Amino acid sequence: MNWTALIVFILLFGFITVIGFVAANWRRGDLDQLHEWGLAGRRLGTVITWFLLGGDLYTAYTFIAVPALVFGAGAIGFFALPYTIVMYPLVFLILPRMWSVTHTHNYITAADFVQGRYGNRWLALAVAITGIVATMPYIALQLLGLQVVIGAMGVGASGGLAGDLPLIIAFVILAAFTYTSGLRAPAMIAVVKDTLIYITVLALVIVVPLQVGGYDKIFAAVPPAKLLLASPGPKTLGQYSAYATLALGSAFALFLYPHSMTAVLSSSSREVIRRNAAYLPAYSFLLGLLALTGFMALALGVDKLPEFAPQFAHYKTNFAVPALILHAFPDWFAGVGFAAIGIGGLVPAAIMSIAAANLFTRNIYVRFIKADCTPREEARNAKIVSLVVKFGALVFIIFLPLQYAIQLQLLGGIWISQTIPAVIVGLYTRWLNPWALLVGWAAGIVGGTAMAASTKFQSAVFPLAVGDWTAPGYAALYALLLNFAVSIVLSALFNAAKLGLGRDETTTGDYLFNPARAK
Amino acid sequence: MADTPSRSRPGSRAWYLLLVLPFIALLWVPFYNRVEPTLGGFPFFYWYQFVWVFVTSGLIIIVHRMRG
Repeated sequence: MNWTALIVFILLFGFITVIGFVAANWRRGDLDQLHEWGLAGRRLGTVITWFLLGGDLYTAYTFIAVPALVFGAGAIGFFALPYTIVMYPLVFLILPRMWSVTHTHNYITAADFVQGRYGNRWLALAVAITGIVATMPYIALQLLGLQVVIGAMGVGASGGLAGDLPLIIAFVILAAFTYTSGLRAPAMIAVVKDTLIYITVLALVIVVPLQVGGYDKIFAAVPPAKLLLASPGPKTLGQYSAYATLALGSAFALFLYPHSMTAVLSSSSREVIRRNAAYLPAYSFLLGLLALTGFMALALGVDKLPEFAPQFAHYKTNFAVPALILHAFPDWFAGVGFAAIGIGGLVPAAIMSIAAANLFTRNIYVRFIKADCTPREEARNAKIVSLVVKFGALVFIIFLPLQYAIQLQLLGGIWISQTIPAVIVGLYTRWLNPWALLVGWAAGIVGGTAMAASTKFQSAVFPLAVGDWTAPGYAALYALLLNFAVSIVLSALFNAAKLGLGRDETTTGDYLFNPARAK
Repeated sequence: MADTPSRSRPGSRAWYLLLVLPFIALLWVPFYNRVEPTLGGFPFFYWYQFVWVFVTSGLIIIVHRMRG
């Protein structure tokens, strides 16, 4: 057991626990109202939104899995960088409209917007369920990040339920402060988390090259097959189309996830989102550096070191970054790095569980089960659901094989992308018919799942055959094309027949509503 | 900047075209899938994509200013 690292880790964890509970009093609001508990009263400014979105999008799983992919598969894993670059022009263009319309009508979720825009509760239900189902495995994978760093400190090596005890304690803490403080807790903790992450990653990218003898040495140690994308063979677009579609499809998927929507809707103005689109790429830079730590681990051959053999056998390539941290740093600093990753799991897990709870409460409970809910009951229901969601994820990670969570997360990305026509296109036009959208959504879900199934759920990349050419690409994007085709064709038919048009409660001006400018 | 709502009409919508550039530059992979020229030990594939982090950020700031 690594006591020094463990003590630093526990101290930092204690610190953020205190912050989590104190956060309830920050910019005080009535936490018995859903928009206060679940959106922090929509009062978050540019800086806090920057940390919150950063804490949200760059998770513990990202910090473990991206370098692990680069370590194991090489250049293809670097798609995380272009993905988080092309995302921000989309955020800049699209999300201010989302902010305005949700602000005008007090929508708390994307499904609320779909309900208001299309007047069709089944379409809203489809969007809500997709969001919840896609989020659950994501929460479970945050726990994986936590589990790996706890394992790296030599805790829980005994296995069994006692071995999972540290994870359970961390989760009880998370559940308690989320219940008490709502979105204010992860918003404040995100500041600490990101500071720790920046310190750790900067230390890695400075210290390791000094130990190895420069970046040219690190890249020289990478096998040529991993250094670049493989040039496509005859009649295939090979890794080129895979790389580009993974980047583009992931960018689309990411801001449809309920937790990113929650962070966007909690910001205090359109301008906060637009400014953040320009400054959030700082995180992309960090993520790129982090991806490179996969090569550093390769250059140092950490998987060949006998002291890490048991953990590598257990966590596979996911142990690359923790091993690098243990190898490159003194124990106390390894504790800081592990705390950064561990807290990096708690922040998004909190936001995700809040987002899923908002969806369940607003779009399933109030809409289908108990329509005469008071605001107080609504908030209370959401708090309880957030607990249920988190414990579901905990049970998932403790009792089911890890592979399930990873495969479900892969499917989650494909599924959440199928809400793009209803949610994103809906921000611009009402031409698409709600029932057509629902059928298109179903087609996309089935098609995308079938594509993933054809790879035995091992890969999100599907080899699409066009004539005698093959274009391997991200299944989410291909399923989305199918979804769009169905939605458009059926909309033309349904609209001509005046079938199920639904009532639109929004007006053109709602999408441009800007209180700062109206003053 | 953003905090000057009283400013006159925003600039042309054509400024939005700047935001197309990162998509072309990063999604057309044959542009940059090579080792040479290296920079500070980084193969072209890697430093090129890092540079686009800053370029994209800059483009968004320009469009934001111009469109108000």
